[in-house]
Amino acid sequence: MTVPFHVLPADGAASATRLDSLALCLLLLTGAVALGVLVMMIVFCVRYRARSKADRSHVPSRDLPVEIAWTAIPMLLFLGLYAWGAIDYAALYRPDPAATPVFVVAKQWMWKAEHRNGRREVGQLHLPLGRPVRLVLTSQDVIHSFFVPAFRIKQDAVPGRYTSIGFTPSKAGEYELFCAEYCGTEHAMMTGRIVVLPPAEYGRWLAEGPRQPGMAARGFALFRQYGCSGCHAAGSSVHAPDLTNLLGRRVHLQDGREITADEAYVRDSIYLPRKDVVAGYEPIMPSFAGQIGEEDLLAIIEYIRESGHDPSTERP
Amino acid sequence: MSTVKQPHAEQFTSREQQSFAGTFGMWVFIASELLFFGPLLFGYLYLRVHYPEASAAASRHTDYLLGTSNTAVLLTSSFLMALAGHAAESGQRPRAMRLLWAVAALGFVFLVLKGWEYHKDFQENLFPGPGFRPEHGGRLQQLPGMQLFFILYFVATCLHAVHLTIGILVCLAMAWRLRRPPPVGVSADAIEYAGLYWHFVDVVWIFLYPLLYLVGRAGG
Amino acid sequence: MTRPQSDLSLIEEGDTRPGRSYLSEGWTLGSWLGTRDHKRIALLYAASITLFFFLGGIAAALIRIELATPQGDLVSADTYNKLFTAHGVIMVWLFLIPSIPSVLGNFLMPMMIGARDLAFPRLNLASWYLYMLGGAIVLWALLAGGVDTGWTFYTPFSTMFSNSHVVLALVGVLVVGFSSILTGLNFIVTVHTMRAPGMGWFRLPLFVWANYATSLILVLATPVLAMTLVLVAVERLFQVGIFDPALGGDPLLFQHLFWFYSHPAVYIMVLPAMGVASEIIPCFARRPVFGYRFMAYAILAIGVIGFLVWGHHMFVSGQSVYAGMVFSLLSFMVAVPSAIKVFNWTATLYKGRISFSAPMLYALGFVGLFTIGGLTGLFLAALALDVHLSDTYFVVAHFHYIMVGGSVMAYLGGIHFWWPKITGRMYSEAWGRLAAVVIFAGFNLTFFPQYLLGYAGMPRRYHSYPEEFQLLHVLSSAGAVTLAIGYLMPLGYLAWSLRYGRPAPPNPWQATGLEWQAASPPPVHNFAQLPVVARGPYAYHTD
Repeated sequence: MTVPFHVLPADGAASATRLDSLALCLLLLTGAVALGVLVMMIVFCVRYRARSKADRSHVPSRDLPVEIAWTAIPMLLFLGLYAWGAIDYAALYRPDPAATPVFVVAKQWMWKAEHRNGRREVGQLHLPLGRPVRLVLTSQDVIHSFFVPAFRIKQDAVPGRYTSIGFTPSKAGEYELFCAEYCGTEHAMMTGRIVVLPPAEYGRWLAEGPRQPGMAARGFALFRQYGCSGCHAAGSSVHAPDLTNLLGRRVHLQDGREITADEAYVRDSIYLPRKDVVAGYEPIMPSFAGQIGEEDLLAIIEYIRESGHDPSTERP
Repeated sequence: MSTVKQPHAEQFTSREQQSFAGTFGMWVFIASELLFFGPLLFGYLYLRVHYPEASAAASRHTDYLLGTSNTAVLLTSSFLMALAGHAAESGQRPRAMRLLWAVAALGFVFLVLKGWEYHKDFQENLFPGPGFRPEHGGRLQQLPGMQLFFILYFVATCLHAVHLTIGILVCLAMAWRLRRPPPVGVSADAIEYAGLYWHFVDVVWIFLYPLLYLVGRAGG
Repeated sequence: MTRPQSDLSLIEEGDTRPGRSYLSEGWTLGSWLGTRDHKRIALLYAASITLFFFLGGIAAALIRIELATPQGDLVSADTYNKLFTAHGVIMVWLFLIPSIPSVLGNFLMPMMIGARDLAFPRLNLASWYLYMLGGAIVLWALLAGGVDTGWTFYTPFSTMFSNSHVVLALVGVLVVGFSSILTGLNFIVTVHTMRAPGMGWFRLPLFVWANYATSLILVLATPVLAMTLVLVAVERLFQVGIFDPALGGDPLLFQHLFWFYSHPAVYIMVLPAMGVASEIIPCFARRPVFGYRFMAYAILAIGVIGFLVWGHHMFVSGQSVYAGMVFSLLSFMVAVPSAIKVFNWTATLYKGRISFSAPMLYALGFVGLFTIGGLTGLFLAALALDVHLSDTYFVVAHFHYIMVGGSVMAYLGGIHFWWPKITGRMYSEAWGRLAAVVIFAGFNLTFFPQYLLGYAGMPRRYHSYPEEFQLLHVLSSAGAVTLAIGYLMPLGYLAWSLRYGRPAPPNPWQATGLEWQAASPPPVHNFAQLPVVARGPYAYHTD
């Protein structure tokens, strides 16, 4: 995809325009300061050059009011800019229950994504126009970073944990995706494209593709395939914690701590079952590290997430 | 107090300036060394907070007897080191020399005991890595935390041993050079700096010992 | 123009005779390699860091040639990755960190405070040998096939995935780190204990303040790097999980430990440059520096606050949002003392009597470029903006403006300013000015386009890139050619001056400062008689 060069990338997300405004404000402020300093330096260098006859009486070595002023004024301006940046940053990470989650797994050297309904993509990502999206990212190997200049968003995909970022695509079109954290030989080739489609088209695209069960349904199949239901299902003879409605629940652990179950907790429980054992249970769960891949794990987590509010999670 | 002006190195203007600079320099060096061991202590703190039971279980695998013996050895050596410093200052060079030999010998004893302890640790499969398998005590779910504990244990005690070895070599060198009178032989100031370094190595151990050996032992 | 006053004439008749200088005390290799004279050690460092500068520069040249075309056609991807790693490792640890402190600092610190040498001359020599040993090990790692992790050694790539000579490079950096710690220790003790009578803290030249603050950072931050590198080596050699999540470790722990050192490290690289500028500008404006106390306090503030901002390298790493907010606020705050310094340098030109010698051109260039580089740091400190700009060429431009437009310009300015004192020769002023202008122009052409590239979305560490970025890359590479020519020029005319330059008087610039009271070049023990100081620094008069 060849794109004409713009210093300002296309405005692909709702937050992008706002970010450009912040950048412009900073540019004006810093530009004014830089210009001010440069102009003053040039003026002084010309006016007070060695052979000039300018007035050099009463050379000031210090001037407390001036020094305090040019300490305090920048500090206050900086505080204002800091606040703007911090507020906009927090918005990117605020969990939005209405957001469509998309699950991205990075690996050397490609991007793999899976939508809720099970549609998978490699090297590209289709997103709905005008609807908030929440990316859930992880990596299979080293740290990568999901960077879409048009959306002005970037988030590291870190192995061993889930990171996430939210945005709302605001313009239909195709945008470049780059990996922004050095990850080895083919780091520069780990690019892709984001395709933003109007909602109707997106819905059609989502329904197309090879028929496969939704993520939660796929997760349910895996849940049975790996034997999870053997211990965690309601009628099991093995004493294992109930997983319905797990995500978002408070869990009491063996060593006295209490945590809120999130994706990372479920992941750790499957890969490192002895790390955070639930109070009142024996640490007999085997580890599935090396057996269940990152994408399958995300599907199982989706199944667990869905199992709370829909008794029948098998979708056609 | 001698009224004769003592000789000093040519970059200084007086003996007092040289002594002060030497002591101050050793303290600055100790400050940098604290920042060197600092990340390890920070890592230990992080470990205790996030894996309290695992760290307790892991520390029950350390050899309490050898650790305590080593502590006694090192504390005694520090005492003798202080005596050596006093002896050097009051001009009793042969006594200082003998004390320094004793300090070096005790340091060597520490290293031998530590080496024996490492040997035992290896035999009990406590060395972190694919072969990590602590045998008794501790519950299985604590394995990742226990391994982290032992990574810290080996790195910290190994680094301490390296610092101790340097200290032993310094003591031996000083003892050797005490045979000749100053300015060819070593001065009392130099013994003082060596003493500061030795006490620092001792203090590091005094922190490591309870953190590595005594956690989780009371109440077993 | 009145001469700056001093209380004692420190030059005995004998000192200015040829044959009495530190340079002529022994011509054998042994007299150089076994010297304890801080001035000779400074020259030993000067020779070695110049060598490493050009090695790092060759890596940069290859990078810029590769990037002139969008395809990765000059070198393979792996080679490119090794090139930018080599460039970073060499330039940061083997050039920038030692440059001003170990060359100019070593030479001048004792003289500026009226002492005969540093507190621990043999330790000083040991520092140089450690530096050479570390440098040799790093070179060995590069020649044995290179390292491809980037100078930042992020885990788990560096511990579990890279197939290059990581541990060897880490050992080299560790050894060079110890060299820095010992140099810092030497400076701290010297400044505390060996100031001449009457030289109170607030009569110290700002160059001494700057190197003192730098030394505090060297002594306190470098050990943390050492421990971090040890842990990386332990994980890589013994396959244990400290930073690798697959074995139960935490990759973000590495980033916290690494940046805890590496952010203060950038202040190690810029504070001494600020010190140099504070010596040159008052001299060629013929007036005292404006706001001396604020300048000194600002130096300390930069050093202290600099330890508290490391998380701004991790805003998109998965670090908590609250941590990000704290680090962003502190990062804006650390810009305040730097701004104070820029305003004060500008105010030092007010009512001065300004002449535009080569050192002055470098110093003024430093102020301008440091201002631009520092202001662009604000873009990166703003959390929401950093989400877009992090890991792009905007960051590359920012740090090159500070480290090259800032530190390297100041280093060259200092070399020119003190050249007569160090070598006893004057260099060609015409060539000096020309080189300063060529370097300034080449620098801006190389790095300004990179700000635009970064905002447009060009990521870092890419050896091939989308076609639409090519124009800016070509401009940048053209600038790099100009810059390279600019850097080669001083090599030429400075070397020429060693043989054919006019012999220098003790104080060719009519500068204040105790170092100018000694002969050019100074005798071995700097002063015939140690000075007694009765006035502050920068006692220039324009009337």
